[in-house]
Amino acid sequence: MDMKDVRDVARLARLELRDADLTTMARQLTDILTYFDQLQQLNTDDVEPLAHPLPVQNVFRSDELQPSLPVDEALANAPERIGDFFGVPAVLDPSDEMSH
Amino acid sequence: MTLIERTAAELLALQQEGDATAEVIADAFLTAIRQRDPRVRAFLHVDEDGALQQARAVDAKRKSGRPLGRLAGVPVAIKDVLCIRGTLTTCGSRMLQNFRPPYDATVITRLKEADAVLVGKTNMDEFAMGSSTENSAYQITRNPWDLQRIPGGSSGGSAAVVAAGEAPLAIGSDTGGSIRQPASLCGVVGVKPTYGRVSRFGLVAFASSLDQVGPFAHDVADAALLLEVIAGHDPRDSTSVDQPVPTYSKSLDEPVKPLTIGVPKEFFGEGLDSEVESAIRTAVKEYEKLGATIKEVSLPHSPYAIATYYVVATAEASSNLARYDGMHYGYRTTRKGDLIETYSRTRGEGFGREVQRRIMLGTYALSSGYKDAYYVKALKVRRLIKDDFDRAFAQCDVVVGPTAPTAAFKIGEKSADPLAMYLSDIYTISCNLAGLPGMSIPCGFTRGGLPIGLQLLAPPFAEEKMLRAARMFEKLTDWHMKRPKMEESP
Repeated sequence: MDMKDVRDVARLARLELRDADLTTMARQLTDILTYFDQLQQLNTDDVEPLAHPLPVQNVFRSDELQPSLPVDEALANAPERIGDFFGVPAVLDPSDEMSH
Repeated sequence: MTLIERTAAELLALQQEGDATAEVIADAFLTAIRQRDPRVRAFLHVDEDGALQQARAVDAKRKSGRPLGRLAGVPVAIKDVLCIRGTLTTCGSRMLQNFRPPYDATVITRLKEADAVLVGKTNMDEFAMGSSTENSAYQITRNPWDLQRIPGGSSGGSAAVVAAGEAPLAIGSDTGGSIRQPASLCGVVGVKPTYGRVSRFGLVAFASSLDQVGPFAHDVADAALLLEVIAGHDPRDSTSVDQPVPTYSKSLDEPVKPLTIGVPKEFFGEGLDSEVESAIRTAVKEYEKLGATIKEVSLPHSPYAIATYYVVATAEASSNLARYDGMHYGYRTTRKGDLIETYSRTRGEGFGREVQRRIMLGTYALSSGYKDAYYVKALKVRRLIKDDFDRAFAQCDVVVGPTAPTAAFKIGEKSADPLAMYLSDIYTISCNLAGLPGMSIPCGFTRGGLPIGLQLLAPPFAEEKMLRAARMFEKLTDWHMKRPKMEESP
């Protein structure tokens, strides 16, 4: 993995890495991915992937109304609260509004 | 024998006979925490007032003749990965530094119903990612047997608490060995139940197809009792299995007869410390003395288990940890920016290095162009690993071997080399990939006085047989009675 790969994956993962950490990260990820490559030695052409250890399929329950969290409790851990809503950074630029 | 050296079973008996109250017991352990934990650093938060209140409530209940729960008045420490309503639940991460969950995990509900006394939250590797507890954002926990060494991880705090006599019981979680490996390194019993045996509701997710909650205790009987209390179907976790929970604690003393022990030759290869190997060989001989048949079995794909595990676990983690975006709860960056910058800065500032590394690995393994080569490939090898166990268990009742390749290593010894750290999980991770129950019990010490653990693995939902087989060994030996010498702060 080179620095460009690390930056690309970090962007996909929504992870801001410090520039000083990029070299170390690239080296460590390369070591680990090289170790992972041993899996390629195995022939798995006729093997079904196993995503889950239990042979369970869909689990159904009756669609009954259950009590949910009161608004104040649901918002108690919010980094920012505005009224009865989660406060988030502005996504749309207000100056754009005129053009829509 | 002082109160803090007692097992949970003994503490229950003392209360029943009127020789100790829950309050006196809680006070004894809280005092031990005050004296010992400044050195061990196993707890992230201790709830002194809450613990004393719960203990007094148990005493009042007993006095009034009302029925008591199965863990009445027994202190239990909780790994900081399980939600307790209104109580800080940090997961060892800055990301959740101020997080107080609005609900209890099902395991916590069951402990409260059993009248257990919850004493506090224990230290762990951030988001349960690590094998030494050094990845905690808050503190380094030390092994009570040697304070210069790590207690194992990721449930290192819970294992150290029990070893140090700061609580007789503790709860941990095990995704790749995070209960069994620290149990082995701290000289206590640790059980990872079958996937689906214990509810994961309220357990902060790391890798959802691998995570299980389980007990730490001084001996097998206590571990069986604690497992019995927390196990069982939960409609709020659709992967929890709707099968009755056997009364493990009742059948425990019945030896398994006939008993066939499988010893996988792959568990005795390169990297296994010679002192650990000799302790495990001796343990196998003990079983032979008890009349067990010893059979060499083969798990031919186990050399691929670490690579398989770290692909699957990091892929699941990268998806699970996407929820930490600074919007609904947890840390949010204070730097102003657009939405993507806010996400990225929040996650760059809130997660530690190991968590970031694993998110990167998982994201890479799932990314377009690499998914088949890494993720799908690993899932295929995962099936081969599970098939190996199916074949082994056709020939034996339990598989036995070392829990960890070495005894506790020194603080800082492996922290610069993530791959070396991953390799310390070599014997524990295939069990999670296959969804099996597994446990570690004390089986000896190195010449330097560090505990060694024996691992037992069993077929899915065969916890009862596994615990009985473990108890057979425990009855014959006194390793589980050993306690570290603890210096006490004034």
